[in-house]
Amino acid sequence: MLFFRQVATVAAKDLRSELRTKEALNASLSFALVILLLFSFAFSPTSDMTREISGGLLWLVFAFAGALILNRSFARELENDCLDALISSPVSSPALFLGKALANYVLLLGIEFVCLPVFGVFYNVSWAQQLPSLALVLVLASWGVSVVGTVFSALTVNMRLRELMLPMLVYPILIPCLMAAMQLTTPLLAGEPLTGDLFAWLRLLVGFDIIFTALAVVLIDTVLIG
Amino acid sequence: MREKILYSLGIVAALFLARNIWKMLVGLPDEAFQGAIFRVIFFHVPAAFTCFACYLTALIASISYLKSKNLKWDSLSVSATEVGLAFGAANLVSGMIWARIIWGIWWTWDWRLTSSLICWLLYAGYLVLRRAVEEPTERARLSAVMSILSFSVVPFVFFSIKWFRTQHPQPVLYGEGKMDSAYRSMLYINWIPLLMIAVIFVAVRMLQEKRQREIDALRRTVHAF
Repeated sequence: MLFFRQVATVAAKDLRSELRTKEALNASLSFALVILLLFSFAFSPTSDMTREISGGLLWLVFAFAGALILNRSFARELENDCLDALISSPVSSPALFLGKALANYVLLLGIEFVCLPVFGVFYNVSWAQQLPSLALVLVLASWGVSVVGTVFSALTVNMRLRELMLPMLVYPILIPCLMAAMQLTTPLLAGEPLTGDLFAWLRLLVGFDIIFTALAVVLIDTVLIG
Repeated sequence: MREKILYSLGIVAALFLARNIWKMLVGLPDEAFQGAIFRVIFFHVPAAFTCFACYLTALIASISYLKSKNLKWDSLSVSATEVGLAFGAANLVSGMIWARIIWGIWWTWDWRLTSSLICWLLYAGYLVLRRAVEEPTERARLSAVMSILSFSVVPFVFFSIKWFRTQHPQPVLYGEGKMDSAYRSMLYINWIPLLMIAVIFVAVRMLQEKRQREIDALRRTVHAF
């Protein structure tokens, strides 16, 4: 029980400091909007074209915007040696990690929540036809992104060129998760229900989430303390 | 002494390889549909096996490093990864040469090709990560974690082959692909020298890492004065 309270405390602390400064959130949101805009030059946004690539497009936006949030997650603690203070506090490193992952998760979901209607307006997509299934996909895939991204945020926090290292290392690992999310999101945005084939991708997402959450919790002690 | 053993092993491997190349060029007939180019498979498939054997070695070495904190394991891990990347590149390039002749294109976004490329990039990321950390024990610790995470994503990458349409020939050693037994035994026999070469490279690279550690230690001693 104490463990979950610690997780909630760390997550609340991260969210509070983020919502007060909004440094990562603002940057990441405006970045997401810029990418959404840029995509309109990459292809002609006709309805057929948009229907075909909507899932891929959205998840690229989320992945790019997510990297900005994840970069700040541990880097924020470098000033005034806050990271050392957190590590030496009675909170165990899995609790610290899960709290941070949870905060990133909430921020990422918030960005997705803003981007979806904007995407719908700009590209003329009625995205809410399969809302419960779409929400399920967003919830599962965003957890995968947050959990793997938070591990790498911790891994790269003391490195040279931190801002470059994180996306470079994290995107190849996220490929199965992002691919499943893209495969699921495209038909859902077009209004098709989840059917037989798509459940395989859903299972892949669930498996990815479980395995990488477990691995992250096991390895985070090594990453943070050694 | 150790180096002499390594170099003589290298000569044996080279001779073995030369014998295999002679056999496959002269002894084996052209394949009925593909002609001469099919011989690429004798390097393509063993290179892939060797590459995965290297990645597996790197995983075991990384776990052992985290358990024992002995830098020897770290140098095994980095050596195996580098050699694995070289064989992975050999696998990709030989496959591309084959594809240019048979399919008419160098590359296609078929899932098996894509997943091999992703694995290659993952392990290239491992080397980039090592470059970014100065302190040897911290570098060893973080790159061990990276190696474990990379290896855990490999099955995810590969299992998705089943769900993506593929134009890559079916695996011939397991699964549905068929292959004449003479070709099949050549494939296994050619794996032996390639694996020997990989082991020699890893051993040489580990020696280099050991020297590097000795040089660093000397440097620190000099600095201390």
